[in-house]
Amino acid sequence: MRIVIIDDSGLRATVLEEGLREAGYDDIHIVPPRGAFVARLERMAPDVVLMDLGSPSRDTLEEMLIVSRALAKPIAMFVDQSDDAMIGAAIDAGVSAYVVDGLRKERVKPVLELAVRRFNAFAKMQSELDEARTALSDRKIIDRAKSILMNQRSLSEQDAYALLRSAAMNQGKKIVEVAQALITASELLGGGV
Amino acid sequence: MTTSLRIAFLPLTDAAVLVAARERGFAEAEGIALDLVRTTSWATLRDRLVYGQVQAAHMLAPLAVAVTLGLSQQPAALAAPYKLNVNGNMLVMACDFAAALEPDVAARLADPLGTAHDFAAAIGLWRRKPVIGVVHRFSSHAIMLRYWLASAGVDPDRDVVLRVLPPSLTVEAMRAGEIDGFIAGEPWGSAAVEAGLAESVAIGERIWRRGVEKVLAFREAWAEENPDTVDRLLRALVRAAAWCDDPANHADLAELLAAPAYVDQPADLIARALSGQMVARAGEAPIASPDFMLFAREATPFPWRSQALWIYSQLVRWGMVEHDPATAAKAGAVFRPDIFRRALADSDVPMPGASMKLEGAVGMPLAVGSRRGELTLGPDRFFDGRVFDPERIDEFLAGFTLLR
Repeated sequence: MRIVIIDDSGLRATVLEEGLREAGYDDIHIVPPRGAFVARLERMAPDVVLMDLGSPSRDTLEEMLIVSRALAKPIAMFVDQSDDAMIGAAIDAGVSAYVVDGLRKERVKPVLELAVRRFNAFAKMQSELDEARTALSDRKIIDRAKSILMNQRSLSEQDAYALLRSAAMNQGKKIVEVAQALITASELLGGGV
Repeated sequence: MTTSLRIAFLPLTDAAVLVAARERGFAEAEGIALDLVRTTSWATLRDRLVYGQVQAAHMLAPLAVAVTLGLSQQPAALAAPYKLNVNGNMLVMACDFAAALEPDVAARLADPLGTAHDFAAAIGLWRRKPVIGVVHRFSSHAIMLRYWLASAGVDPDRDVVLRVLPPSLTVEAMRAGEIDGFIAGEPWGSAAVEAGLAESVAIGERIWRRGVEKVLAFREAWAEENPDTVDRLLRALVRAAAWCDDPANHADLAELLAAPAYVDQPADLIARALSGQMVARAGEAPIASPDFMLFAREATPFPWRSQALWIYSQLVRWGMVEHDPATAAKAGAVFRPDIFRRALADSDVPMPGASMKLEGAVGMPLAVGSRRGELTLGPDRFFDGRVFDPERIDEFLAGFTLLR
């Protein structure tokens, strides 16, 4: 079974390819949706095409599936329209799958399930990464606000942090919000750091 | 009690009514919390609607017909009780290509018939078969482009290459030389003009003075199970649409749409379509096109069944669907004036007395039969002067020499 993954994010495609290989599929190709990707795809004659639901290039792919004379058999989205749970899980995970006509659904289902799991794992990984990035930038903002307080009010680092925290609690805000407000005010008043 | 509704949209100026309904309190006033889901392809917008991830979508009118007829992946009966806008498209071509056309851009846009013939002559001069981007096979843009090209004897399936790509990728594809021009909803044509990559060659408003464009589409079954929610949403939208049509709000609306969560393009580009001040060539003065995009006036939101049937006639013409009376009836029934009437029964929105009309028959503003209020229809001519009688589709189709 030839599986083509159309994906812009190299990392997600790799995560998916790895999973498919572990499961014993070995005819896997990754095609980024750029330039003449449709012509490349036609030549590959895939049995299954997996694509990120969020990719803007889905309309281009679907048009190719309608007009292509090179593809021997029609390819349609999802093989088993009766399996609502499967389709729901795929769409939630952001997977769109196009499957060649005549391929038995028992053969396709494991591929789809694996794609859904890997897409979900990738999304989780990415959101953790985003959280880590946010946490890092929050820390920088708080550090800067602390040093403003330490310089201008001659506080220790611990006291500066305690002041920020109590101000945040009193105003019902996050510490980072109070810190940002302090930095802005300090810049407006020309206090600098 | 507040009802939460998720509606999918594409980053386009004509998502304006939905954005205004959310951002200016019209939805909230009807007890609706609107969650607008930004989507970058029509395929994904369609799937989110068909598989129930959203309750409604900002959809190309021909796509709503096509999904119902089973022509675009999973078939699903859709209901379109509300038109989000009329007009709003622009065809732009690479500046080199446009050099073979009428150099005075205002004259070029004012004479679509002459420009179509100039375009036909320019095809042979171009370095390859011109590649024209369209946003979808089942888009009003593609159908309008085919209609316009064919009027000058250009076979859109033989003499040019129509390449499908989503609106947000059009400018990039122009820059990379992958396409020689494109027809899309605003602000994408204006963005290509502003970047100096293209010139305006035709505007939708001049091809069909009142062209059907985006509709609000629901799954039919969902709309029938939730009549109260549908009615409240439609009431919110007519108020939002009136707000969007008011020139006093255009600057505010352009700013709203410019946000990254919506169109994510500069407000001054978006404002052009709203105020009907179209720049056809970079650096030149705008050309006044007051009917470039309509949201509320002339009962714009009313889903005339005859317009769904006009779309059907064009799908038949290009061999995308077999013509038979049952299919025609199914296509016409996608537009739901009955729901529109029910939802707005107690409002002050002028309500047409009929559900079908001749399309392309109004040359001058015309007062028409209305159950309430005064209703004036604007001119709705096709540039070639044809009139579509929804009762006589066969006759209409027989009048075309170019068809599949």
